[in-house]
Amino acid sequence: MAEYAYSAPLSIDDAVGILEDHANSGRRAQVLAGGTDLIVQMRGTDREPRTIVDIKRLEETNRIDADGDDIYIGAAIASAVLDEHEELKRLLPGLLESAYLIGSTQIQGRATLGGNLCNSSPAADTIPAMIANRGACVIAGPGGRREVPVEDFCTGVGTNVLEAGEFLLGLRFPRPAPGTADAYLRFIPRTEMDIAVAGAGVSVTLDGNGVCTAARVGIGAVAPTPLIVPEAAESLVGTRVDDDALVAAGEACTAASSPISDKRGTVSYRLKVVGVLCRRAGAIARDRVLARGG
Amino acid sequence: MAEAIDLKYIGTRPVRPDGVDKVTGRAQFGADQNLPNMLHGKVLRSPHAHARIRRVDVSGALAMDGVYAAVCGEDFPSEVGGSMLGEGGGDLGDVARNIMARDKVLYHGHAIAAVAASSLEIAERALHAIEVEYEVLPPVLDVLEAMEEDAPLLDENCFTKNLPEKPDKPSNIASVMTLARGNVDEGFEQADLVVEGEYRIPMAHQGYIEPHACTATVNEEGKATVWCCTQGHFDFRAATAKILDCPIGDLKFIASEIGGGFGGKTVLYLEPVAVMLSRQSGRPVKMVMTREEVFRATGPTSGTVCRVKVGAKRDGRITAAKAWMAYEAGAFAGAPMGPGCMSIFAPYDLENFLVVGHDVLVNKPKVAAYRAPGAPQAMHAMEVALDDIARQLGMDPLDLRMKNAADEGTQAPYGPKFPAIGFKACLEAAKEHPNYKAPVPEGAGRGVAAGFWFNVGMQSSAEVRLNEDGTVIVMEGNPDIGGSRASMCLMAAETLGVPYERINAFVGDTESTGFCNVTGGSRTTFATGLAVVRACEDIIGQCKSRVAATWGVDEDQVDWQDGQAVPAPGVNAEVTPMSLADIAASMPKTGGPMLGRASLNAQGAGASFSINFADLRVDRETGKVDVLSFTAVQDAGRAIHPDYVEGQMQGGASQGLGWALNEEYIYDADGVMENAGFLDYRMPVASDLPMIDTHIVEVPNPSHPYGVRGVGETPIVAPLAVAANAVRDATGVRINDLPLSPPRIVAALEGN
Repeated sequence: MAEYAYSAPLSIDDAVGILEDHANSGRRAQVLAGGTDLIVQMRGTDREPRTIVDIKRLEETNRIDADGDDIYIGAAIASAVLDEHEELKRLLPGLLESAYLIGSTQIQGRATLGGNLCNSSPAADTIPAMIANRGACVIAGPGGRREVPVEDFCTGVGTNVLEAGEFLLGLRFPRPAPGTADAYLRFIPRTEMDIAVAGAGVSVTLDGNGVCTAARVGIGAVAPTPLIVPEAAESLVGTRVDDDALVAAGEACTAASSPISDKRGTVSYRLKVVGVLCRRAGAIARDRVLARGG
Repeated sequence: MAEAIDLKYIGTRPVRPDGVDKVTGRAQFGADQNLPNMLHGKVLRSPHAHARIRRVDVSGALAMDGVYAAVCGEDFPSEVGGSMLGEGGGDLGDVARNIMARDKVLYHGHAIAAVAASSLEIAERALHAIEVEYEVLPPVLDVLEAMEEDAPLLDENCFTKNLPEKPDKPSNIASVMTLARGNVDEGFEQADLVVEGEYRIPMAHQGYIEPHACTATVNEEGKATVWCCTQGHFDFRAATAKILDCPIGDLKFIASEIGGGFGGKTVLYLEPVAVMLSRQSGRPVKMVMTREEVFRATGPTSGTVCRVKVGAKRDGRITAAKAWMAYEAGAFAGAPMGPGCMSIFAPYDLENFLVVGHDVLVNKPKVAAYRAPGAPQAMHAMEVALDDIARQLGMDPLDLRMKNAADEGTQAPYGPKFPAIGFKACLEAAKEHPNYKAPVPEGAGRGVAAGFWFNVGMQSSAEVRLNEDGTVIVMEGNPDIGGSRASMCLMAAETLGVPYERINAFVGDTESTGFCNVTGGSRTTFATGLAVVRACEDIIGQCKSRVAATWGVDEDQVDWQDGQAVPAPGVNAEVTPMSLADIAASMPKTGGPMLGRASLNAQGAGASFSINFADLRVDRETGKVDVLSFTAVQDAGRAIHPDYVEGQMQGGASQGLGWALNEEYIYDADGVMENAGFLDYRMPVASDLPMIDTHIVEVPNPSHPYGVRGVGETPIVAPLAVAANAVRDATGVRINDLPLSPPRIVAALEGN
């Protein structure tokens, strides 16, 4: 059996300290939240020794705050907990759907938004939805705290901006303005238990006349990192998010993508489908606003 | 001959004897056997798809702490003869070289050495200490490329079999098969329309949930006991004896419960290796494959290229049919192209046909049987061509098939005249089915196709033991994959006339029950069931004899009715009928214990035909296919336990749809499979499919006392073409190749 050390610090400072010590002494340490990626890797392709730093005992990784001007979701909150949070479901339905698409019911009990972000897969379902919702990553580290927009967090396949001694505390989202709703769609050939071939998250804000005043679009699995697509958002703003605007937004997503061909899909297929998903997700977000009466 | 008899137990749906243990986790599967001092075995596998082995040195592994044994090809007997029975086991010399490479590695994942160590981690590390020198050779992966004259050769000693003259040059084409009748050229001249197509289907895996696993222990006398998950422990024992060159009597095989096989567990991979490792270490050795090993190194079924040409008159009568087929055998000869050739036209009464099949070596894993091996690929091509004909003629696809349907007395394309068969009954039942009469949902398409499988008999044994209290033990030797213990109990209950609950069926090991061939070929309920019925009749005969002696009458003056001995009509004896329990209680006074038995080589397995149809919806923008409904109609001869007949039909439909829609082996240019896991080898999950509707047709098989036909394999045959035809109907575009994956559908709809 490979040698693993395990620690479950009770304070942010302790967690940072452990991570920093390891970094300074050249020892490997990895942060554990739900473990649905990490433990699979440890049992499979990467069995080398390391210290596991379990962040689930920290208050700030386990807190949901949905009442203030900002919404805060701790990095260790499981998807199943999010799914039972009625206020979040009302405010960020698309984000919660993106979290709920991942894995099975059993996995939902452990998997977290924070883990999905820090695993930094190009195909991570929640990241485009977090981008659409103007999410910011709250990071703790030796230099104190800093925030990074979600769209700037991933730097490549499996890599991100976290530096030595740093870890993700949680995600902060501005409270959606009145008339705002989001949606996330991904494409998989099956109904569940699969990884996105492409994904798109869209948030729109409509005024009293149904005209879009603000929009955000995030896409996944079509580039080395999930992307924000300002051009797609721009083609929605000022419109009623009608078919023409949605088609234009979809085309902007296709234009922004640089996918690869692999066992899950071809370049041409992904380019097409990411546009379709943006269009359909935009329509769902729009209809959600309209169904609420603006 | 099965008559319209009153059946009391057959056709009912009691709870299966093994069910509760399986759903509560108590049942023991292949990996559940643990013994004191047991070691863990692991296999070193080739990183190359094609290479000559220059040197293998396991001494580095053996020198490690905790490593107790290490073997490679040269440790095994070099000459292995014989062949493995069943569907696609093949030449045992090939099996021996497949489970441990000698001279050459022929696919990525080919076993090259194995170790046994005190822990799995040490065993895995020890694999890195084995030195192998390879001379890497170019692989050939595509079946058509492999057939070309200048293709890299897998086996320099492979000369194509069944050609008129022995070829002077070796080839990757291991054998050719031709079936013909009439004159196809004349037939095509008579045709009013001719359709033609080339259809490609990639390799697909059986996808059983339980990976291969076994535990072997060799005692001081050199006798081995092996626990394993297998479809046939007697055939595994025989193959292991040949591969290790030891007497069969030195080996005892115990079959665990089995978590799926579908043909893939009729051939062995680990068992002889585990015995070798146990011999060398003197300790028990357990070997369990990872899912990745299952995908890379155990039998998928053949990828195929089928070219079909069919001609028909305007009234739908087929005038000629021609097929050219190439099957990937993988690393060793033995693709199921024979059954493919024999099945492709089997449902139809044809005057003129020509089928040519090829068994082709490629640098991929050696294929193994997969449910109706060879038939789904071949019949996909024919059933798609027929769909195109029906479409061009504006004819209902069921009517077209009825017009050409084989029936009792039709000479099958593969030779014999069919006895009573149920194909026309299936067509009629489908036509009358409410799902077929219902309109196709808006935006969806409907596909129809036929399925067929020969079924086999082969050898079976059964014992029926009468307990002192009149309860009964049925002992047989076929691992229970699809509810066969329940079916054996039902047939015994019917024959003996005692309630199902008073009968217990067991699957014995190779020392506690008589020989049985594999659970395969859809033979178990038919052939082993026949042995059980005969063993019950043996017990009844003994009962009558004892009762006759008790009553002081002749044996022929005793009849057996409703589970008791009664005086024959006209016999004037003042006696009380004796139940099986009465007779059992009197055994000590009437001659001692009673044991009925039967061993036989069952003849007359009746073919099972099917018609399947489904409504599918295609998202034209994403290419995603939703299965809205699927209806399977199949002839079961007689459904002994209808739940398990329906289960076979539903399971086969699910596997067939998975194969049709998303499953495929994806290889890179070096011959490395890129999707060796359930995440990217996309079998359907439960939510992908609707409830599969079933309709059992019963045209009794004249060769079984209750009319049984095997039902396990036919269900996977039709769904491939059903899906293809439904997608054609929904989209207006014919896609010849499978799987109908979203990227393929989108590309086709965009005209690429």
